[in-house]
Amino acid sequence: MNAFKRLRNFAMEIWLPLVLFAAWWVLSADSQSVYFPPLEQILTAFREAWLFAGVGSELVPSLTRFVAGLAIAIVVGVSLGVALGSAPPLRRATMPMIEFMRAIPAPAVLPAMIAVLGFGNSMKIVLIAFGCVWPILLNTIDGVRSVDPLQLDFARVYRLSRRDRMLSLVIPAASPRIFAGLRIALALGLIVMVISEILGSSNGLGFVIIQAQQTFAIPQMWAGILVLGIVGFTVNSAFLIVERRALRWYHGWRGSQVADAPG
Amino acid sequence: MTRALDGVSFAVETGEFLCVVGPSGCGKTTLLKCLSGLMSPTSGEALLEGTRISEPPEAMALVFQEYTRSLLPWLTVRGNLKLVLRRRGLGRDEIDRLIDNALASVGLGDFAKHHPWQLSGGMQQRVAIARALVYQPRVLLMDEPFASVDAQTRSDLEDLLLRVHAEYGVTVVFVTHDIDEAVYLGDRVIVLSHRPTHVDEVVPVDLPRPRDQVRTKEMSEFTHLRAHVLRHIRNDSSTPMEVQ
Repeated sequence: MNAFKRLRNFAMEIWLPLVLFAAWWVLSADSQSVYFPPLEQILTAFREAWLFAGVGSELVPSLTRFVAGLAIAIVVGVSLGVALGSAPPLRRATMPMIEFMRAIPAPAVLPAMIAVLGFGNSMKIVLIAFGCVWPILLNTIDGVRSVDPLQLDFARVYRLSRRDRMLSLVIPAASPRIFAGLRIALALGLIVMVISEILGSSNGLGFVIIQAQQTFAIPQMWAGILVLGIVGFTVNSAFLIVERRALRWYHGWRGSQVADAPG
Repeated sequence: MTRALDGVSFAVETGEFLCVVGPSGCGKTTLLKCLSGLMSPTSGEALLEGTRISEPPEAMALVFQEYTRSLLPWLTVRGNLKLVLRRRGLGRDEIDRLIDNALASVGLGDFAKHHPWQLSGGMQQRVAIARALVYQPRVLLMDEPFASVDAQTRSDLEDLLLRVHAEYGVTVVFVTHDIDEAVYLGDRVIVLSHRPTHVDEVVPVDLPRPRDQVRTKEMSEFTHLRAHVLRHIRNDSSTPMEVQ
């Protein structure tokens, strides 16, 4: 893609947010409402709280817990998913339980987590992991089950070791599904992160937002929500970049399948 | 369970190129699965050098018909070849040398870094052949390997296979439904009957090697053998047939 086309695509995506932002600025400029302060005030609060005072004290702890919880969910979800996906009897025995557990919203477990683990980091990390693990687990199981039987025959004929079969065949074959699960997990993880901080924390994004609200620091509250939006957007963009790299083969392969369609 | 094979008995000589033809649905795939150790026959046995085949033997490689599925799309061509050498405990240089040789044998020396799906169908099947060669089998099983490529590519691949067979001295068991192909390639052609399948006839092919798509196929002996095999398959069938 050449530079001009790139610029044009970017322009097509950015004009509407800019217009809305400007409209927000103009329309809220004379606002007397306590709850909807002028955007200018919110941006001032944003600058004071987040450039870059709150980054180390609030944002870093939040993101650290998010990443830790997510990492646990990925490790547990993928390894358990591979195991259950390749062992039908085990899968049948555990599926009802998994369906039951994943139906429980993570925030509902929060009081129990606080009772057991207290208000520290471990409670939040475990809660985030609990919230994220299900889509990863279920998608991994699905992905492993849908591995082409011909490829498994290939693995047997060429006597691949168990390890090679898993790492070089089953997991890559399941990776498009795993990434689909991961994308859902990211969104869930952010939700659980904020909620755990709103209800039981002394730092973090969620804590800042609830504290601002409770002390009637409304611009600061909105600024915190703005930061949360930016974090979510950035996390998703980073995910898309990683996914595109990791699944480059998949998109290329799919493209070639369409081109070769029988006819 | 239906009985796919019944009284299929034959032996393959070391270094031989044996073709197996038969009508569609006659159990060719089942036969190959038993030979490759992917499936155990309910009765009878398959032996490799006197040893019963119960698991896929290390001395055997299989080329599947569906190259788009049997090559792993997330690996490069080199990666696909490398994977089957992982358990051999070879040094990195030795692995690279084997892979380069195998790719050169199938004329794909410049495509090691490509992904299979970036190549044409014929090239992909050549990658699958190279993957089998790099595995250094003594017996190479091929399951209708050229059935899904176009006619021109197909005759190119046939000649490539003949060259590779001569070069590597590997024993080949080649299953096909194409009589021309079987007669053109094989030292012998085994003709299978309809289900329950048995060996209908074993036809020795005494055509001179090296064979040539034009000169071999215009020989009266080729035409004669081809007609002979075709007649066998036709006579055998009580139902309409799909033979080429």
